[in-house]
Amino acid sequence: MHELAVAQSILDISLRHAEQAEAKRITDINLVIGQFSSIVDDSIQFYWDVIANGTLAEGAVLHFERIPGEMTCGNCGHTFQPSDETFACPSCDSGFVRITRGDEFRVDSIDVE
Amino acid sequence: MTTRVPVVERILSANDRMAEKNRELLDRTGLYSINIMASPGAGKTSLILKTLESLDGRLRLGVVEGDLASSIDADKAAAAGLPAVQINTGGECHLDAAMLSDALNSLPLSDLDLVLVENVGNLVCPANFQIGTHLNVLIASIPEGDDKPYKYPGMYRGVQVLIINKIDLLPYVPFDMDYFQRGVEVLNPGVVTFPVSCRTGEGMGDWVDWLVRKVKERRE
Repeated sequence: MHELAVAQSILDISLRHAEQAEAKRITDINLVIGQFSSIVDDSIQFYWDVIANGTLAEGAVLHFERIPGEMTCGNCGHTFQPSDETFACPSCDSGFVRITRGDEFRVDSIDVE
Repeated sequence: MTTRVPVVERILSANDRMAEKNRELLDRTGLYSINIMASPGAGKTSLILKTLESLDGRLRLGVVEGDLASSIDADKAAAAGLPAVQINTGGECHLDAAMLSDALNSLPLSDLDLVLVENVGNLVCPANFQIGTHLNVLIASIPEGDDKPYKYPGMYRGVQVLIINKIDLLPYVPFDMDYFQRGVEVLNPGVVTFPVSCRTGEGMGDWVDWLVRKVKERRE
């Protein structure tokens, strides 16, 4: 059910920026979602069609840019995408690894007419 | 013709702002507060009741219970003598800052030292919704399995305290503590960790002593 809260938030943010830009219509909304913050799935589009009805964002298409999780090994410096079962460095097997990408969770831009 | 308007704004920024307001209210009243998150059955209510018992009167507690439905948890807390408010989220899988704001208004804040908020049992959604508490606490429990950090990285990333509950079950269930802690260390380096058993009381002393210290530091 969090999709509804997330969709509502995306709508509020988009409408505010569209009004500031004096737009007549929002055609596209560009989202950036990192793997480690990913509570957003494509089903949001279904909620969207209901909650955006009658607003500037009616009919807008949501685009998801998904950022895969990226880790960097503190031992050998190797950068990699973690597997599902281990975060150890695939190059040197070290567990001293830090997350360098994947926390993104934002509305990046909107396309308006 | 379409034009691109840059936005670059965090989704849920409205909730984040509401969370800041909750924090201001808590700070103004000199209260410390923690948001307890875990999967269903990990021991959130047990931890609250055992914390009350182990504190032995050192702090005055209030409780906010979040559930999809029912007041079972708030009733348990009230039966233990705690001022308790139940939030029924009506299907929402997490508490948000607005829900906590309403609940705080129903507690006798000036008579309390610490508010414990029990979030909805879920390892996915609560991680994204800040509610304004000073600490986010995650309870992992042994029977859930040692792979949870790998499966729910978002939750493990967003907390300041990790409580590993039901350690009395370690001899009976397969749980590779090294594997578990290696995952935690990558997601949340140096996170404060307390292995406990709410059933036997093991480890509870360290947890409540630390909590009492945090509440006092906050006041100074």
